Amino acid sequence: MDKIIIENLSLIYSDGAESLKNVSLNIPVNTITVLFGPAGGGKSTLLRVINRLNDLADVTQISGNVLLADNTLKFTNVLDPQLDVIALRRRVGMVFARPIVLPLSIHDNLTYGLEMAGENDKMRLNEAVERSLQQAALWDEVKDRLDDPAADLSGGQQQRLCLARSLAFEPEVILLDEPTSGLDPISTGKVESSLQELKKLYTIVLVPHSVQQAARTADFAAFFLQGEMIEYGPGETIFINPRDERTTSYIEGRFG
Amino acid sequence: MIREFLSKPSSRYSIQRLGFVMLTLIAVITVVPIIAIIVHIFMQGMAAISWEFLTSFPRDGMQAGGIFPAIVGTFFLTLGTAILSIPISIGAAIYLAEYAPDNRWTRAIRIAIINLAGIPSVVYGLFGLGLFVIFLNIGTSIFAGCLTLSIMTLPIFISTSEGALKSVPHSFRVVSISLGATRWQTIRRIVLPQALPGILTGVILGLERAVGETAPILFTAAAFFLPQLPNSPFDPTMALPYHLFVISTQVPGMPIDMQYGTALVLLTFIIGMNILATIIRSRARARRQW
Amino acid sequence: MQESQNWSEFIITRLIKIAGYSAIVFVGAIFFFLLKEGLYALTEVQFSTFISDRWYPIEGYYGLLPLLEGSLIVTIGATLIAVPIGLGTAVFIAEVAPRWARDVLKPLVEVLGGIPSVVLGFLGILVFAPYLRVLFNLPTGLSAFTGSVLLAAMSLPTIVSIAEDALDTVPRSYRNASLALGATEWQTIWNVTVPAARSGIVTAVMLGIGRTIGETMTVMMVTGNAGVLFKGVKSFFNPVRTMTATIAAEMGEVATGSIHYHVLFFIGILLFMFSLAINITAYAVVNRKRKRSERILS
Repeated sequence: MDKIIIENLSLIYSDGAESLKNVSLNIPVNTITVLFGPAGGGKSTLLRVINRLNDLADVTQISGNVLLADNTLKFTNVLDPQLDVIALRRRVGMVFARPIVLPLSIHDNLTYGLEMAGENDKMRLNEAVERSLQQAALWDEVKDRLDDPAADLSGGQQQRLCLARSLAFEPEVILLDEPTSGLDPISTGKVESSLQELKKLYTIVLVPHSVQQAARTADFAAFFLQGEMIEYGPGETIFINPRDERTTSYIEGRFG
Repeated sequence: MIREFLSKPSSRYSIQRLGFVMLTLIAVITVVPIIAIIVHIFMQGMAAISWEFLTSFPRDGMQAGGIFPAIVGTFFLTLGTAILSIPISIGAAIYLAEYAPDNRWTRAIRIAIINLAGIPSVVYGLFGLGLFVIFLNIGTSIFAGCLTLSIMTLPIFISTSEGALKSVPHSFRVVSISLGATRWQTIRRIVLPQALPGILTGVILGLERAVGETAPILFTAAAFFLPQLPNSPFDPTMALPYHLFVISTQVPGMPIDMQYGTALVLLTFIIGMNILATIIRSRARARRQW
Repeated sequence: MQESQNWSEFIITRLIKIAGYSAIVFVGAIFFFLLKEGLYALTEVQFSTFISDRWYPIEGYYGLLPLLEGSLIVTIGATLIAVPIGLGTAVFIAEVAPRWARDVLKPLVEVLGGIPSVVLGFLGILVFAPYLRVLFNLPTGLSAFTGSVLLAAMSLPTIVSIAEDALDTVPRSYRNASLALGATEWQTIWNVTVPAARSGIVTAVMLGIGRTIGETMTVMMVTGNAGVLFKGVKSFFNPVRTMTATIAAEMGEVATGSIHYHVLFFIGILLFMFSLAINITAYAVVNRKRKRSERILS
């Protein structure tokens, strides 16, 4: 079943750069879909369209449909101008490339989104904190210092905190934009194994920071080059036997 | 030959040494008077400082007694200015830093602020006299003085507050929005608290200016002598800078140590506020979470 | 819960926007009010009077020339003193001074900037003017020179801190590149760093000048307040009267609505215009330089 259906999505930024050209893509539920390719390909842009974070940037033109399914199989078009964007961002969580922790305690970082939504039941909040930290494999390391500033954590821990933060809402989709690009291999491994667990509950869209990470984690993969999606398919086939020769060149490291 | 010439550094280095000496001298010329002024006022003024001086009213045509009403007056004027000016300034700063689009109107606001900052203080006094004291018939009063002083300090508060808000990393805002917060929630919960030390520093420095200014209160609030403290914001008041002006220019036979004493009290407030602002600034820098 | 949140957020956002635009309202109000009271003077007094050289309102002489000259002289004098010293100090702090010196100097200059004009004027009357009187054998020590020196002291902190900031902002890489090419530090300062900070330095000087023109209390206390015309360089040591001191000194004794009252407001308009001109020029200079450099870097 498809969680997100992207149809003919095109987007142009105000400085004239055409960032996405007629992209069509289906993202199945409860899988890890990987968007990979060289820099400038439009992968991050596509992620930001899905949670409407591109509203903060200078976009002059956007066309096409991005349909998000809820659990009754009803689709909403993310690009609808009447859409309640704030509610959307609670269904679609995002983890950024650099760990950006809010200047609050660990506990408050995690409850931030819920509190902004109006949740003030302390028990429910604490529950969410424990649950999301467990899911991000960070609970054991921080359970005794939840009130410490989040800025005191190491880089790897901070990034896992950001992952936990996006889980606090129990969203439907998690978008990750090069989440392990600054992390050491051990932390990277922890994040990747968390994702494997998490896909059972959520739909994951990941922009990896290397082809190897893409190959390790992808159930499905889409290759992006300069705003166009070149090809798309299950993980095993794309990385072992790609159809397009540009995909092959990139995977083999001949450019990028 | 060229290589020989280029490898003779002596002339270039002696120019440099001479230049550095000159610059050091210039800096000394700047610094020595500052220290001299402070030390001089301190030493000449200390003689006059006493509990009586600080807590009693002037007597004998100002030539004896104390400066209590002036101190109290300055306190009220500063307080009133803060109350009137700070909310508007922070609001304007938030608008400029977080909401304002990059268009003609925003540029107009910025030009307006720059102009407000450049208007001479005596012109503020003139404006305050004409509009508040006369036209709106508030009369010479603390209220009129505060209104005038608050418009004068507006540009200072706005620019320092805007700077403080802008120094908060943009990434915090992006993250907050991605977690479903609205713009105002982001400002209230993340940006403002982080910008608070910077805003506070700016407020203290701006109020420091209000404490020392004479021209704006000359015709709007200040009174030469009042036998009692003001009862309401609609009464005129004595004030430290005006008092100093009066006793040094218009009271013949004024004891010199009392003049210095008044200057010392005024200077102490100002330097005290300066130190306070510096402390807040450096503590905030140490505790910053980014 | 969402509903009320949206409502209160809407109100707050509106208030913030109003606060933002209030600056325009205030400037407009000041401008309008000054014009209202000041332009009236043009109807009451013949324009030729303004250009005459006698300022003696009691007898109806409203010649503005002595006042304009007074302001001009002290401003030029103060600028001539303050700019070299200020820039030199700024260069010293930014480029030459060791760490400990910088940590002492910067706060000290800030303190100077905080010293109120009354205090400096007070010291001028009690200390500086008598000193000058003895030194140069003057009748009183109150003169344009006295005013210039004290005004220089007032605008110095402005010039120093803004210029120092500008120098600080010049990227390290410029300096490193110059040194790597074999230039001495002195050569680097004057051939690379200072020119790179040009627009900031110009701003610093202009704001310093702006501060000087607008200064009131100090000049009122030490320039002697005699509204006579400038006659040669020696007059620098004679008393003068500035526009600002005139307003401050005479406003208290003037009848509301009288000709004198309106003329004082007219002088206020002139002061407002001058500071407007300086500030807009400084703003335009900074903006133009920034636009050009932004294009280069992108």
